[in-house]
Amino acid sequence: MSPAIRIAGVTKHFRSLQALAGVDLEIGQGEFFGLLGPNGAGKTTLISCLAGLARPDSGTLEVMGHDVVRDYRAARMALGVVPQELVFDPFFSVREMLRIQSGYFGLKNNDDWIDEILHHLDLTTKANANMRMLSGGMKRRALVAQALVHRPPVIVLDEPTAGVDVELRQGLWQFIRKLNEDGHTIVLTTHYLEEAETLCGRIAMLKTGRIVALDTTANLLQRFASHTLTLSLAAPIVLPAPLAARVARADGAELAFGFDSFDEVAGLLEGVRAAGGNVLDMALGKPDMEQVFVGIMNQN
Amino acid sequence: MEGFKTLLYKECLRFWKVGFQTVLSPVLTAVLYLLIFGHVLEDHVQPFPGVSYTAFLVPGLVMMTVLQNAFANSSSSLIQSKITGNIVFVLLPPISYREFYAAYVIAAVLRGAACGVGVLAVSLPFVSFNIAQPGWIIAFTLLGGAFLGSLGVIAGIWADKFDQLAAFQNFLIMPLTMLSGVFYSIHSLPAFWQGVSHFNPFFFMIDGFRYGFFGASDVSPWTSISVVTACFVVLAVVTLQMLARGYKLRA
Repeated sequence: MSPAIRIAGVTKHFRSLQALAGVDLEIGQGEFFGLLGPNGAGKTTLISCLAGLARPDSGTLEVMGHDVVRDYRAARMALGVVPQELVFDPFFSVREMLRIQSGYFGLKNNDDWIDEILHHLDLTTKANANMRMLSGGMKRRALVAQALVHRPPVIVLDEPTAGVDVELRQGLWQFIRKLNEDGHTIVLTTHYLEEAETLCGRIAMLKTGRIVALDTTANLLQRFASHTLTLSLAAPIVLPAPLAARVARADGAELAFGFDSFDEVAGLLEGVRAAGGNVLDMALGKPDMEQVFVGIMNQN
Repeated sequence: MEGFKTLLYKECLRFWKVGFQTVLSPVLTAVLYLLIFGHVLEDHVQPFPGVSYTAFLVPGLVMMTVLQNAFANSSSSLIQSKITGNIVFVLLPPISYREFYAAYVIAAVLRGAACGVGVLAVSLPFVSFNIAQPGWIIAFTLLGGAFLGSLGVIAGIWADKFDQLAAFQNFLIMPLTMLSGVFYSIHSLPAFWQGVSHFNPFFFMIDGFRYGFFGASDVSPWTSISVVTACFVVLAVVTLQMLARGYKLRA
């Protein structure tokens, strides 16, 4: 079985800017995959190369085993892309736009599937409304509908929840999760790291056009993040050197320690008290993707 | 083929939805030209023997409208799609660059023809003539429309902002059409300007188109059709190469 996406040695320059500096990546069929990185890391360029919107300087990209240049028709049939920008054609209604998009992919009489997508994305009542009349969140859902209109096995969502309210975001993820459960491969880029942590089975992190981390979400959390113990003290204190080395963050009378095992908590508290600390409040934090992201980006 | 057909349908639906702007307005403009120039010059100019000035003017205005609107259709559609970003919906599907080209150019020809038919229909109460050779009319409408549709594709892809497109339209298309013999026979020009007119492909489009109405023209329709065909082929090759390279469309 070919991978859903295979990217080998892809480089891309925009004049003097190296947007992609040799990216190799394989994403298996049925994965929910996260592509993370700071602004300008190359995420959108990589997606653009995959979708045929940009042409790599070197390297190859395949979707479901189809080369995106040589066999572009089959590759594009297999790929649905939700673009980052909130773009729409102001001449058409939602239904017209979805029928037109179906036609572009060679599909006639696609109304049953269009109705189903509209239903799942809560757009049925807006089917005949002009795209201009929709709210930002609705436009975003209409973009998702457009990407799904030809039932692609691979769906790429480029920051799909930017500017979308919480309720809508949850509804969208519920639908995308269902698509993933139905066998669709999902590739997600997002700046909401908790979303990536919750949804993605594997994550790749890009920085300046290179993949700097690639692993399962669980492994990344294990390797690069720890639990935290945050203490609010009555007054700032001076800690002995061994304990001071364990401090992950200090902000006046608030101290945060990183730890891997809960057995260490009692020792940390004892050490703080022994140093004269009067603990007013404490909180335990789980390892999270933000720690992983910051740690990896700082390392590289 | 379904992708091509849908893109063609979409391009036609796009201009049809704003028909006041894309069809009726150009028809009104052309009719105003007809009324004003016809009224002022009817008794003073007889370009061809037995052909009144107003009758001479109508085919010129029809063809000018065809050409200008064919250009406007492909160029405005592309630049709007580029600037609003929705061009991505045409670039993501499995539509080849040849299908892309054909859809935009055919839609441009159809809009040009719709406007031309409108101008002709509205002109009929003012003039009476027998159409001598309709085959030439159809041939020049298709070739001229396709030439300007191609030029519109180039302009729409090349321009990054509306201002650049307006410059293309106002400093190239408009002078070339206005100075192509729409309002006069080039035989009324000094020899030097007659010679210059022969470097303007729009002159051959208008002159050949007019031959279809009167069976008379400044140059042979065979010369005109050869020039227009050659110009179209060159432009089509250039446009297709731009599209194949993804110039300003695929980074």
